[in-house]
Amino acid sequence: MLEVKDLKAYLDTSTGVVKAVDQVSFTVKAGETVGIVGESGSGKSVLALSLMQLNPTPLTFYPQGEILFEGRNLLGLRERALRKMRGNEISMIFQDPMSSLNPIFKIGNQLIEAIRSHKKMPRHKAEAEAIELLQDVGIPDAERRMHEYPHEFSGGMRQRVMIAIALACRPKLLIADEPTTALDVTIQAQILEMLRTIQNKYGTAILIITHDLGVVARLADRVMVMYSGRIVEEGSTADIFYRTSMPYTWSLLRSIPRLDEAGQDRLIPIQGQPPNLVTPPKGCNFSPRCPFATPECAEIDPALTERRHGHRVACILSEMEFEEQKQLLEAVDRKEVLA
Amino acid sequence: MFKSKRNILAASILVLMTVATLTASLWLPTSPAHIDPSERLLSPSGQHWFGTDHFGRDIFALTIVAARISLLVGIVVAFLATLLGTATGLIAGYYKKADAIVMRIIDGMLAFPALLLALALVAALGGNVKNIIIALTFAFWPVMTRIVRSAVLQVKNIQYIEAAKTTGTSDFVILTRYVLPNALSPIIVQGTFIFAKAILAEAALSFLGLGVNPATPTWGSMLQESQIYISIAPWFSIFPGLAIVITVLSLNMLGDGLRDAFDPHAVKQKRVKKVWPLWRARKTQKQWAREKEQKSVAENEYMGKEV
Repeated sequence: MLEVKDLKAYLDTSTGVVKAVDQVSFTVKAGETVGIVGESGSGKSVLALSLMQLNPTPLTFYPQGEILFEGRNLLGLRERALRKMRGNEISMIFQDPMSSLNPIFKIGNQLIEAIRSHKKMPRHKAEAEAIELLQDVGIPDAERRMHEYPHEFSGGMRQRVMIAIALACRPKLLIADEPTTALDVTIQAQILEMLRTIQNKYGTAILIITHDLGVVARLADRVMVMYSGRIVEEGSTADIFYRTSMPYTWSLLRSIPRLDEAGQDRLIPIQGQPPNLVTPPKGCNFSPRCPFATPECAEIDPALTERRHGHRVACILSEMEFEEQKQLLEAVDRKEVLA
Repeated sequence: MFKSKRNILAASILVLMTVATLTASLWLPTSPAHIDPSERLLSPSGQHWFGTDHFGRDIFALTIVAARISLLVGIVVAFLATLLGTATGLIAGYYKKADAIVMRIIDGMLAFPALLLALALVAALGGNVKNIIIALTFAFWPVMTRIVRSAVLQVKNIQYIEAAKTTGTSDFVILTRYVLPNALSPIIVQGTFIFAKAILAEAALSFLGLGVNPATPTWGSMLQESQIYISIAPWFSIFPGLAIVITVLSLNMLGDGLRDAFDPHAVKQKRVKKVWPLWRARKTQKQWAREKEQKSVAENEYMGKEV
């Protein structure tokens, strides 16, 4: 359904051209949930906004690539056609539900407006549909709460309203840019659960963008790991979490606490800083921080290649080499902890 | 906004003045056009409350009737300048390319003192009410454009605007339903100030002899005519002057009051006043508590089900 081919999205800033998204290719099939994980500044949000074509212009430009949505390239579309597509076929929800709703209109009116902006229908019909949507996203007493203002809703409830607005026209793809980052953990779990129910009911594909590996593990069918504007590993959720084949993903997983492994009481951070995207390092972008780095890594820029079915990795180490090194490093870790 | 006495006072003065001038012919004891050479330059008395002018006309009647032109010019200029300024300000604030062009024109116009610009325009167009309105609108709308533009720039980058874009909302709808309502308070406040400024400017133009036909009394033209008599008949100058002061002061007070009413930061500083009647306040508080309870019960029930 959605196919991104060799997409580059660069930002033309005063300090130079920032390669925010560099040579990214992936697909999202209908009804699928795909997660994009990466640290701050890895280009996740720019990628999401590229799909909506809502990056600020002329600051952002696309020197290369295609975004094919059901065969149509979004990069060549006119503003009018894009507007028709936004909300109708691709929708988006944002990180901060506190500022995503217009504070001066009632929730109901905002929903009805979203419904009627694409579908011509009488107001009372749109109202009935709005109430149903609110019930679907789990807002109790929907009929009464239609007549309330955004400030009367809690953060979790507001995010539900945002999701209802995004789903108003039954889009085929929902982009969720850090949908639960601003919420506390119990609400987060509820929202994710609700997204899954909604997906079953509406058949919407979800592209979920987050830095939270837990969110991805819970929701996604497939995961892409982004680092400095590139996809460095892509595979099924099981591939990423249990058959990790890329040093960055491995370091990332090692830096979060785990409940199923006792004995390790200190988290291991990734050394160094993310690279400057104006002048990325030569060779592999991760090589300056990579515990596995060889002299070759600073020379060769590894391409994303398929290892197993559907599991793509961008690293010059073969699976065996990676496995050996990994065990070595983990042994060192344990000794350090003992000493 | 009508909680403060100052606002009530200002608003009632303006309403009273409007009603008085519109119904003047029904209740004024002497017609403002009545000339009596034997009663020239009389000081205020029981018969002529504000005295008489150099033609023996009643100054009280003249002052009341003169308010028509002043208020008419003020309200029409305020309305037109707000309309024009809001439209250009919205466009300049929202579209970067239009901004560069519109704001350079506006800056050019702002380089002239407003009164000087109006003066030149009236001199070129000729002095009648219509031309004064055109000239003053031109003189005052650049200020409005600047204010609306800055208000737009403030709300433009808030996330709900972007969220609206992701649902495919058109620019027109975003401007009218999302941007404009959030920029409304500075527009209304500035509108009342333009109202006051236009009245002052109209008086100044009339005073300089560039106003409406001399046969139509205005506060400005009365002041001009009274100049030479100021030492022997000061009331001739004092009363129209006082009318201008009171009107402009009321408008400015109203503008300030509106600004306080719209400014969310000002609310915090307000003293909590005793709400009258007390039983009503208690009842609403109880209602409020009950509603809140209902809401939380409903939410808890829901969460119990879900988690």
